[in-house]
Amino acid sequence: MKVGQTTKALAVLAVLSILGAAASAAEPPGKPGPVARGAYLVQIMACNDCHTPWKMGKEGPEPDMTRMLSGHPQSLSMPPPPRLPEGPWGIVVGLSMTAWSGPWGVSFTRNLTPDPETGIGRWTEQTFVDTLRNGKKLGKGRPLLPPMPWQMYRNLGDDDLKAIFAYLKSIPAVKNQVPEPLAPEDLLTKAR
Amino acid sequence: MRGSTSLGIAASLVRGAGGGVAALALSLLPGPGRGAAAADPPLHLADTGLYTDIARHTVDPRNLHYSPQYPLWSDGARKSRWIFLPAGKAIDASNPDAWDFPVGTKVWKEFSFGRRVETRFLEKKRDGWTLATYLWNDDETDAIRAPDEGIRNHAEIAPGKRHDIPGVNDCRSCHEGGQVLGIGALQLSRDRDPGAPHAEPVTPDMVDLTTLIERGLLASYPPDWADHPPRIAATSPIERSALGYLHANCGSCHDRSTSLVSIGMLLRQSVAPGAPPDPVGRTAVLQRSGFQLPGDAAGPAYRIDPGNPARSTVAFRMSTRSPMRQMPPLGTKVVDEKGVELILRWIGESRSDVQVTLHEKEKP
Repeated sequence: MKVGQTTKALAVLAVLSILGAAASAAEPPGKPGPVARGAYLVQIMACNDCHTPWKMGKEGPEPDMTRMLSGHPQSLSMPPPPRLPEGPWGIVVGLSMTAWSGPWGVSFTRNLTPDPETGIGRWTEQTFVDTLRNGKKLGKGRPLLPPMPWQMYRNLGDDDLKAIFAYLKSIPAVKNQVPEPLAPEDLLTKAR
Repeated sequence: MRGSTSLGIAASLVRGAGGGVAALALSLLPGPGRGAAAADPPLHLADTGLYTDIARHTVDPRNLHYSPQYPLWSDGARKSRWIFLPAGKAIDASNPDAWDFPVGTKVWKEFSFGRRVETRFLEKKRDGWTLATYLWNDDETDAIRAPDEGIRNHAEIAPGKRHDIPGVNDCRSCHEGGQVLGIGALQLSRDRDPGAPHAEPVTPDMVDLTTLIERGLLASYPPDWADHPPRIAATSPIERSALGYLHANCGSCHDRSTSLVSIGMLLRQSVAPGAPPDPVGRTAVLQRSGFQLPGDAAGPAYRIDPGNPARSTVAFRMSTRSPMRQMPPLGTKVVDEKGVELILRWIGESRSDVQVTLHEKEKP
């Protein structure tokens, strides 16, 4: 690893730690309303780590909060992922933290803002709950893909899931059409 | 293994059929369980009331044998179906598209792949429907309830392909809100479609819409059903069959009554008097798809693009069993070649006049 890459990696870790510390202090006193509770949960569950695209700031990589939770940028066309040697390394992540390549193919993190066309603006609360409980797109479609840890999040209580949805519906809508994931067979000829 | 992450799912996606390790990982994943044991269906199929003698497969004559005219594709399984209605009770068809079944109704569907593999069971209780499925033993003399999580890769259905026993959440995914699929006015209409793929022979012991009416087992139905059983309005026989296929195989989810209404694609036919006609034409034909065809540089495609089946996402997703793209997303691992052929032919042959007109309108 080159020195520059090491610096970037350390900067990423540092920012992640700062976000975590900020989230720990973010819980307001008393019982929060659903939106505030949802904001708190979204912070501590690290949703921004993958669903907000990262950019290079003055202090190193940082989440681009002007595009908060809007998923993999439509404008960021990813080249085919590098072909890795046979194990044990297996996953490659784009610098935006929104594109992940692994044995499942390539996944692009979804737009969680309330944009009706490209985000969750038309979802019902039940759609959101079913998505995380069942681990399926819109609650009943294709499987959710790594690295989305829905197997852990499915154990959230109903009130917490609904609070997260209430918060996501309250944030600024960002129009951003995230590409479909790529299947392993798509990569057979494309991987570099 | 209990700490398996979504990478466990990744393994199942990569391995596909025969992924025993992935199946184990899935079965061990934590998740909300079912409620109290008191609400559980019986442990043995024999105790659900389907048979008078399960070892001889003698069905209780109170259970009514039926066959929907447009069968759901289940990887070529041979299926048998029965419904039990409590004595003196009738199905309420006040909502012609969503029949209300009396408390005590039971429905069974048996799946065979060369031998009996599973029998699925629905029962209407006072607080809603319970769902379960039962696994047959090798000599087909007994069947016991499957685990709530289901069982992946349970029985071979084709070389390299094995049948999944659905979990309770899978069941609820299709039977959302207690829909009883396959029992409705269109599916049980005596005016059966001779072009329906995989249509099963009707035997004398089967009930249909007309016999339900004659026996007083249906109440509050539209009066004209007695003389004119519902039939899909279509411009050609192939269109009738194609719309019927989409109704049965896609319409249980892609309907205004389910959570997928937000997608705005309605593939289920309505039999309600005065309902807006042609839901497929209004919501799928020449409607932009949110799904992107893989490797397609031509930009957004239509859900159904008349005259252009290769750029119709409905046809594409029916034609693949890639887990992240296939439709339906569960319950099948083998493409229905006959069903796909029907849909491709219908898209390729029909409504090209509409296509030209609307494409012209879209040009700047």
